[in-house]
Amino acid sequence: MSAYIIRRILYTIPILIGVNLLTFLLFFIVNTPDDMARMQLGSKRVTPEAIEKWKTEYGYDRPLLWNGKAEGLEKATGTIFFEKSVKLFTFSFGAAEADKRDIANEIKTRMWPSLALAIPVFLVGLAVNITFALFLAFFRATYLDFSGVVLCVAMMSVSTLFYIIGGQYLVSKLWHLVPISGYDAGLDAAKFLALPVVIGVISSFGSSGRLYRTLFVEEMGKDYVRTARAKGLAETTVLFGHVLKNAMIPILTGVVVVIPTLFLGSLIAESFFGIPGLGSYTIDAIQAQDFAVVRAMVFIGSVLYIIGLLLTDISYTFVDPRIRLQ
Amino acid sequence: MSFVPVLLATDALLWLLVAAVSAYAWYCSRHEHLAAPWGRVFRSPAAIGSAVVLAAYLLVGLADSLHFRPALERKDPKMPIAYSVDVQSLLDLAMSHLRGRAEKTYSAPLATRSFAKEQIERPDGKFERDFPRLRYGGAHLEDESARAGDIAAKALSGLAAAVVLWALIALALRPLRRRFPDVPWYAALVALATILALAGPVFCIATSYHVLGTDKVGHDIVYLALKSVRTSIVIGTITTLVLLPLGVALGIMAGYFKGWVDDAIQYLYTTLNSIPSVLLIAAAVLMLQVFLDKNADWFTTAAQRADMRLLCLCAILGLTSWTGLARLLRGESLKLSELEYIQAAHAFGVSNVRILLRHILPNVAHIVIITLVLDFSGFVLTEAVLSYIGVGVDPSTTSFGTMINAARFEMARDPMVWWSLAAAFVFMLVLVLAANLLADAVRDGFDPRVRIGEAGVAAPLKA
Repeated sequence: MSAYIIRRILYTIPILIGVNLLTFLLFFIVNTPDDMARMQLGSKRVTPEAIEKWKTEYGYDRPLLWNGKAEGLEKATGTIFFEKSVKLFTFSFGAAEADKRDIANEIKTRMWPSLALAIPVFLVGLAVNITFALFLAFFRATYLDFSGVVLCVAMMSVSTLFYIIGGQYLVSKLWHLVPISGYDAGLDAAKFLALPVVIGVISSFGSSGRLYRTLFVEEMGKDYVRTARAKGLAETTVLFGHVLKNAMIPILTGVVVVIPTLFLGSLIAESFFGIPGLGSYTIDAIQAQDFAVVRAMVFIGSVLYIIGLLLTDISYTFVDPRIRLQ
Repeated sequence: MSFVPVLLATDALLWLLVAAVSAYAWYCSRHEHLAAPWGRVFRSPAAIGSAVVLAAYLLVGLADSLHFRPALERKDPKMPIAYSVDVQSLLDLAMSHLRGRAEKTYSAPLATRSFAKEQIERPDGKFERDFPRLRYGGAHLEDESARAGDIAAKALSGLAAAVVLWALIALALRPLRRRFPDVPWYAALVALATILALAGPVFCIATSYHVLGTDKVGHDIVYLALKSVRTSIVIGTITTLVLLPLGVALGIMAGYFKGWVDDAIQYLYTTLNSIPSVLLIAAAVLMLQVFLDKNADWFTTAAQRADMRLLCLCAILGLTSWTGLARLLRGESLKLSELEYIQAAHAFGVSNVRILLRHILPNVAHIVIITLVLDFSGFVLTEAVLSYIGVGVDPSTTSFGTMINAARFEMARDPMVWWSLAAAFVFMLVLVLAANLLADAVRDGFDPRVRIGEAGVAAPLKA
């Protein structure tokens, strides 16, 4: 088992290198630093001095891949590639381009509001969706089941933006139950988080609810379920004792992988509700065209996703003893 | 009126796709085993109803994909003809009564007066703050109290036209109904009746009112919503042109060749997959912006520039979302390559390319079709989110995302400006819902595994 985990961890190294190279290609090969400077400085007729100044200020004045003028090791390390891409591996992200604040520091403080929103959405959503799907599976092939599926299809056809805007209008503006947006530290956060959590759960309800129902119903068509019924077990025992456990395997695949990415927060919800998490940080960076922050978030996002993949594989062994990790 | 046709890149690709789909449909109709799953799909009333709705959207989108630049009026007939830089489409021409008539700012649906108060000069020379009459909305009315009657009369005449049109189409469908008696045609006719019953009155009332009001700069919302349809359709379909070759080729190659090819392809898609897709798209679009800014002189009109951005957005979406299809196809062709008929083909010395094209590809085609139909609605929803973040289509391109983005700041106004948000959401909901329903029917019709699962569902439930 531990040998497997070590091998899996080693396997993530080439993937991280790939992500790193890809972001480097995207950010520095498609456009030169000169183009980015021109874009940031605004107008088309910028003086070459202004471009040079911008590049020196943000550390883009080095050669791209190989610094021939430098001495010794500096030849490889005094480059944009080393400064902006390789250093990501040590989680030193440098300063944001827009406000010159330290990115690593920002991430540390903004992580908590993101988690405060993402963890309740994740847990409540999972509980609601699985309960609903089990309910539909219990009443499968009846009008109740049919209308439940129709509800799911209708709900997954509605844009998330609509749930957010509609929810804000109804709950905050019309009924004045919770503030429209904002955030507060400590327990006061609850009143700001209530609506985003509910909306987060609702917007995942349609697609997840239907997917889980399909998984349950598929599992119920199998032979061991027929055997269980044949030996006289009650339908509820079959459902909770046999079907739920076996259907957990495919559900886990989709669920465990997102747990680490909860740190990233929700891009849209956070920016709509003014929650100072990583999601709104990313959106602000995209809108301000702050390439340093976007690069850092891309890298962190992939690290978290890869951790999620690893966790998925390990969690299989706990739910399904037939799977042996080799 | 003379004009010069303009072929935008997305127009060309969209028409190419229409041709390809028609060719596929013709080919299917010649081959019983290919037509059979489609026959199963269209035995579902939901599928045929949503197909009619999608066809209506497609009609609007395609009418908006025939572009031209009209000639400017010449003062002197000897002067060479100059063409407007304003690229128009066939839809603009049909909607010219909506396109040209912009109000000053917001106005509510069917209103005759503006949404905001203004200083107006009264006939006696005094100034007064009041809601001014609109320039076009209900401008023909002498007395505003006649508005309700006028609108009702127009709606009735629109409804009458819709009934006639519906009857004509129903008559024209009769040979088809006789040829395919299994298809629940009533669903198609009901869907058609609903569309016409809405479109007819709207079209008639729109001749002298703004049916869904106007936006901040006074554009008619109905017109904007109809223009957004094309953007959605382009995003939903052209993206597959990038996704399909990558996903299919890499997926079946990984599953068939195994070994290092499989490792390399798996590495590629795990790497791409591990970057959060919104961030990857955002990063790519940011870079694209810089690139288009640098090469602004490539394009003669703003429309061409916006169109190139739309096309690149499709390409970026395609490049970041082929991994799902590739993974599915890898699994399936891994299974297929172990089967006897493939081994028999090997034994006969059939080349790898031929095995892939003739033996593997046709047997994974159902997965490809299901994925393509399923992905469509996802792309339409993604566009709205991306445009909201600011990495979607060009700000000058009308799309549901830009409409929502422009309208969401108006939530704070009192009374609220709800109509442009509502129009964008309803148009998008109907499109996505129809696509989802059709996708469900396609999946049920094509995937034998699901059908077996559902036979289990239909088994009597008496515990």
